[in-house]
Amino acid sequence: MLTKRIIPCIDVDLDEDGNPAVYTGVNFEDLQYTGDPVEMAKAYNAAGADEFVFLDITASADGRETMLDTVSAVADECFIPLTVGGGIRTKADIKETLRAGADKVSINTAALDRPALIGEGAAAFGSQCIVISVDARRRYDEAGEHYAEIDGESCWFECTVKGGREGTGVDVVSWAREAERRGAGELFVNSIDTDGTKDGYDIPLTKAVCDNVSTPVIASSGCGGPEDMYEVFTEANADAGLAASIFHFGEYSIEETKQYLDEHGVAVRL
Amino acid sequence: MSQSTAESASETADRASVVVVDYGLGNLRSVTRGLERAGAGVEITDDPDTFADADGIVLPGVGAFKEGMDNAGPYREPLAAAADRGQPIFGICLGMQMLLGSSEEAAHAGEGDVEGLNFVPGTNVRFGDDVKVPHMGWNELTVENDHPIAAGVDGEYAYFVHSYYAVPDDADAIVATSDYGDRFPAIVANESGTVFGTQFHPEKSGETGLRILRNFVDLCVND
Repeated sequence: MLTKRIIPCIDVDLDEDGNPAVYTGVNFEDLQYTGDPVEMAKAYNAAGADEFVFLDITASADGRETMLDTVSAVADECFIPLTVGGGIRTKADIKETLRAGADKVSINTAALDRPALIGEGAAAFGSQCIVISVDARRRYDEAGEHYAEIDGESCWFECTVKGGREGTGVDVVSWAREAERRGAGELFVNSIDTDGTKDGYDIPLTKAVCDNVSTPVIASSGCGGPEDMYEVFTEANADAGLAASIFHFGEYSIEETKQYLDEHGVAVRL
Repeated sequence: MSQSTAESASETADRASVVVVDYGLGNLRSVTRGLERAGAGVEITDDPDTFADADGIVLPGVGAFKEGMDNAGPYREPLAAAADRGQPIFGICLGMQMLLGSSEEAAHAGEGDVEGLNFVPGTNVRFGDDVKVPHMGWNELTVENDHPIAAGVDGEYAYFVHSYYAVPDDADAIVATSDYGDRFPAIVANESGTVFGTQFHPEKSGETGLRILRNFVDLCVND
């Protein structure tokens, strides 16, 4: 049967010398240098990761060329699916990222700005490579369209941009359905509220999205260990669980995470 | 420690020459690297004249059946000639579906009947409404009929992304299956065994995928 996927994610920026390097946030504080992207990809490939996500966080035009070279270097070492996100705004950006060796591209702000980009990308390259990413934030007011109850309070989830600093007024569940209708092949759901907490994924958010779409969902933000993966797979019905720091800092290995899930009855690739 | 495997492999001559048919679809980089890792010398080509001298031919593919067949149209005769010569032909994902006679996908898209390559008589059908479509992720392989391409992969996992799957007319054409709602063919082969394909992406299936690519290179050498 189809297994749940365990996906390590790296955030890649340019270091002082202009070389790509992986950085990981530590408890909302400064980003900490974590390693070389290609070496990390090789290690996770060997460790049994089911996929690999590479996020370009440079947000600078001149870094883009360097990043694409790094994507190619990672792709050459990664015999598992590779998703690349960050700074992808046009059909041409999608094309050059896929050509560099990505199997899928993750698009966030550009799709909210111009939803037609989803359909254009899907028509040209296939739905399977168009991943729509959302940065959700809980809002406890009357402006939403789909409500969940969290600790006795009713809230909805808003799509944000600029790392959660700016709201868009768009309801995440409505947007997920629209993205699916327009041809998204997968949804990548991040939570501003649980990001960096290691207290677990945002279960109400992930469940709300999974219950309303039939497209595969990657849960992200807040994973503190294998039991959080278990929770998001069994309670929210996510298809994949993404994590960064727990793997990067060696708190848990991919293997022991999968072992735990297997022992608790979740189908994984061992 | 001595040299890494990759370094020592690059010092030996390629075991087989393989052409990857570039008919305008898909990411050819990964399949090329995977085949190289498996010991093949790889040429990406859109020139059917190169087929005859190759030890094996790979038909990759991502996308829609009709678009694939439209683009692969010029290769129909050269591929048939290669199959007649007994050259190994390996279809991957859409490339495997194209080995069959037809696909519901074209009919669903209102494109009428689109003829496949018909090396493996049968058709491609869509998954039912009881499962999430596309079938995306890692699924377990069960070998049903022995074939050298599937050596050593029974019970291992492979990476799939697809909405349609092959249904050969002859059950003997099914080399391996996976379970997604129902059992569906994951590897198929023609009667002589020289034309075969995987619904999953071996180049994205980790060690299991590399094993299949090595099996393919072995087939090309022994042919």
